[in-house]
Amino acid sequence: MPTVIEKIFQKHSKDKVEAGSTIWLDVDLRTARDFAGAQVVKNLLENYDGDYIDDSSKTFFTFDCNAPANTIGYANNQQICREFAKKNGIKVFDVNRGIGSHVVMEEGLAYPGITAVGTDSHFNILGSIGAFGQGMGDVDIAFVFKTGKTWFEVPPTVKVNFIGLPDSRWTAKDLALLCVKELKGKVLGKAIEFYGEIIDKLSLAGRITLASMVTEMGGIIGFIPPNEEVIEFCKKRANKEIKPVYADSDANYDEEIDIDVSNLEPLIALPGNPANVKRVADLPSISVDSVFIGSCTNGREEDIEAAYNILKGKKIAENVMLKIVPATRQVWQYMLDKEIMKGLFDAGAIISHATCGGCASGQIGMTGKGEVQISTSNRNFKGKQGEGDTYLASPETAAASALAGYITGVEE
Amino acid sequence: MRIEGRVWVIEKDGKLIDDIDTDMIYHNKYLHITDKKEMAKYAFSNLEGWQDFPGKAKEGDIIIAGENFGCGSSRQHAVDCFIALGIKAIVAKSFGAIYKRNAINSGLAIVECKDIDKAGLKNGDVVEIDLENGDIKKDGKTIAKAKPMSPVQAAIYRAGGLFAYAKSI
Repeated sequence: MPTVIEKIFQKHSKDKVEAGSTIWLDVDLRTARDFAGAQVVKNLLENYDGDYIDDSSKTFFTFDCNAPANTIGYANNQQICREFAKKNGIKVFDVNRGIGSHVVMEEGLAYPGITAVGTDSHFNILGSIGAFGQGMGDVDIAFVFKTGKTWFEVPPTVKVNFIGLPDSRWTAKDLALLCVKELKGKVLGKAIEFYGEIIDKLSLAGRITLASMVTEMGGIIGFIPPNEEVIEFCKKRANKEIKPVYADSDANYDEEIDIDVSNLEPLIALPGNPANVKRVADLPSISVDSVFIGSCTNGREEDIEAAYNILKGKKIAENVMLKIVPATRQVWQYMLDKEIMKGLFDAGAIISHATCGGCASGQIGMTGKGEVQISTSNRNFKGKQGEGDTYLASPETAAASALAGYITGVEE
Repeated sequence: MRIEGRVWVIEKDGKLIDDIDTDMIYHNKYLHITDKKEMAKYAFSNLEGWQDFPGKAKEGDIIIAGENFGCGSSRQHAVDCFIALGIKAIVAKSFGAIYKRNAINSGLAIVECKDIDKAGLKNGDVVEIDLENGDIKKDGKTIAKAKPMSPVQAAIYRAGGLFAYAKSI
């Protein structure tokens, strides 16, 4: 019987869908961001004569990498996209709106069961709501803008069963880091479906965190079966009945992997490799120069509120720079309404507008040589967020470390 | 479909480098560049020991690498910089999924070969690759067997890339 990805694909393809086959896939939602967006436009202009867009109501630009632009190159590229969008009736979620993969969920453009592509390698984050999302390069995206279709090798699916429930303090980020450690090398080029009691406990924000790091696990996408919260969230925004796609119990999996989470606790990835994951408690005392809380992995309301709950009424350690970057304008609004903004400000944080921040070499979150940063983002490859050493951890661990001035978990 | 060229074995301490990500291939600080010729200058400019690659590579060369080549971001630049240098094929033990697509769409041959590290290749060796049956030969002898391209991939590659292919269907 078909897996989740096979079911979604079969509803979007005339070809016979089975793991290993290459099919033509209809794409419901087509996006490009400020990074690569200008290349998409260039590809369209160079390769086609007018009539560039299959369906402008399904096509969007989302500016999030360098928002607002701090280089002339990015400013030019954004303007190229804006002008192309205007001529072709395409909506732009501009530099004030936030991370594209989140914006499409908030706007009700992405919901369970759809297919979506973007120029963001974490577009598979949509697996968090049971939709197929995929990051692609500018050639692919230009082709999708023009035709509404893409070719895709149907990946085999690995079923991941989480066993048990932790009795100590844990976050979705700790679960995601555990998965990167446990699944790296086992899911390359494959889809994942996540199951287990711990999944039922995850809020939408937690699901986003887990799904966002499937890229670092090496997988194509990780599907989390939508629960009531997800269905309600999407229904309200998409303004339509939501029909989630679930796998049959006898779906045809390539492999099943059990991961015991009963001892899950705060985890951290050491600089250079998201899969080099250790227990926070096992680390020697490491001083921290800067702390980055945000990104598509940990930039939701709940993530920033978790940091706020640790920081409120306190001051971060001297000489520590705390950078907070909400994922979207909606998150910003929430922080404002709940006075989280003031609490974080009083604790000593720098609070940015909604953007990808340092992950995309944006304004907030870059490090200098020798700088030690603890970041809630998803990647810490050498040079990714500047020239310093970046550790990856949860907003809670990041906030606790900002207070202490060295890497530490939350004090009970 | 056959490719012949001189190889660059991307290794460190005698071992093919695994997990070469798109920031090592083409760093994000150069992403605003849209002129493909200019991208050539930055190929491997963030890969330790290989920063001088653009000066050494010649038209027609072939890259040999380890597991998960091109993992990371979706940037097409990480493919285009090699095309601009004239690289004809990348042979790796495995590829990041997005990278593989980007390369095929741009007409850069992607050759998946699990045993390429056992083929005993050195920089400057000349190999011949048959993309359809996966044979990798040196001096006429098969030294490794790669995964053949799928029919859709082969058709896109043969057409010279996705845009050219789209015009043919």
